[in-house]
Amino acid sequence: MDFTSLLEIFASGTLGTLRLFAVTLVGCLVGGTVLAAMRVSPTPVLRGTAAAYVNIVRNTPLTLVMFFCVLGLPYLDIRFSETASINSFALACLALIAYTSCFVAEVLRSGIATIPVGQAEAARSIGLTFSQSLRLVILPQAFRTVIPPMGSVIIAMLKNTSIASAFNNRELISAMRNAIEIRGDIVIPLLFATALVYLLLALILGRVFDYLEKKWVILR
Amino acid sequence: MAITGPCVYAGGMTANVTADTAAPLVRMRGVQKHFGDFQALKDIDLDVHRGEVVVVIGPSGSGKSTLCRTINRLETIGEGSITVDGRDLPEEGTALARLRSDVGMVFQAFNLFAHLTILDNVTLGPIRVRGMKKGEAEKLALSLLDRVGVAHQAGKYPAQLSGGQQQRVAIARSLAMKPKIMLFDEPTSALDPEMINEVLDTMVELAEEGMTMVVVTHEMGFARKAAHRVVFMADGEIVEVAGPEEFFTNPQSDRARDFLSKILTQ
Repeated sequence: MDFTSLLEIFASGTLGTLRLFAVTLVGCLVGGTVLAAMRVSPTPVLRGTAAAYVNIVRNTPLTLVMFFCVLGLPYLDIRFSETASINSFALACLALIAYTSCFVAEVLRSGIATIPVGQAEAARSIGLTFSQSLRLVILPQAFRTVIPPMGSVIIAMLKNTSIASAFNNRELISAMRNAIEIRGDIVIPLLFATALVYLLLALILGRVFDYLEKKWVILR
Repeated sequence: MAITGPCVYAGGMTANVTADTAAPLVRMRGVQKHFGDFQALKDIDLDVHRGEVVVVIGPSGSGKSTLCRTINRLETIGEGSITVDGRDLPEEGTALARLRSDVGMVFQAFNLFAHLTILDNVTLGPIRVRGMKKGEAEKLALSLLDRVGVAHQAGKYPAQLSGGQQQRVAIARSLAMKPKIMLFDEPTSALDPEMINEVLDTMVELAEEGMTMVVVTHEMGFARKAAHRVVFMADGEIVEVAGPEEFFTNPQSDRARDFLSKILTQ
């Protein structure tokens, strides 16, 4: 098999990884923000629910979370699509979102804790409600202060998309396995090539977060 | 307690209060506040009338900041009652948020929103709380910033301004809500000496325009110039209430005399 075909396999695998990453990124930022907001809310039920969720899901291996989604949800008759590949994709994204949201929430919560209490008092004193002051004053500042640790969480998530390969998803690892089946004679170069793609993607992500950190810096 | 005419206040002092037919804007009765075992406020009775400037002074730890902060419920109280414009302070929620929008507050640490420009700091409340259009809010904000002398800084961020400028922006931010009353919690205590006057001048102007104000401060000059009444606190209690001339020239209580002798000889 020639080089071009291998390249095509890897290209489509990379695309699969990026698709998983993009959907999970949006989902875990939204989910993590909701969880963090719940954890600092004045309502004990919300605080307790979010704390329990974070403590349970964060401490479960991602592989097991995926098994729960892939095997558990169909058992409950939850299906996202009649097409098997789309269903697998949705279930993998769901598992990644459920899992990564916990880490995003904890990072955000640590950011919220660094915002001077006077910011919230000033927000309340001009008549903003709790959710408005969280949305308009506290979270925008918290996000800006946690960009470096948030970058680490997101890069970890990018690499975690590889677990989806075991659950019938087309991404980099499955592309690599595919390539190895065809060209068993160059296993080591194929492993290195795969690692290189992850490395490149992660380095680009790192640069994006560096840029955001500089752009969004808050002077105090 | 009589609402109109000369009133008798806690401590048995008499003070001349301009007869006001309307009910007081703020009425505190029997207010108690504990921080753990420490009693921060002891049986506070205080009325603030419309258009009145009440200056609260006293040694640090006397409860004056706490008193100020209970009026918009940034501090909750243990016992007693506080009414603002005739209504009891509501529990935390939308009703309290609405009430707070009518009660301006200026903090010792300015507390401008660090991630927003000066202009956005002032327009946030009018847009999000009052539902004002963006353009209209910006016009209002610019006129207020102009009034406090920082309109040319509208596009900057709070950290790029001096302390005195930040505090004047904080005053503009409160004014943008068209409050019924303004609370000042040691507004000049965090400022360099040369910036204190620019903030005090702004406050004196406000007082002259008839704004109802409760001012916790160590600036005796401001108290003399702008106060209608001086409230002297010590150990969580209101010890003495008097007009500024009376208070500074002829304090009735030993604690007030002691306090004044210490700060005036500095």
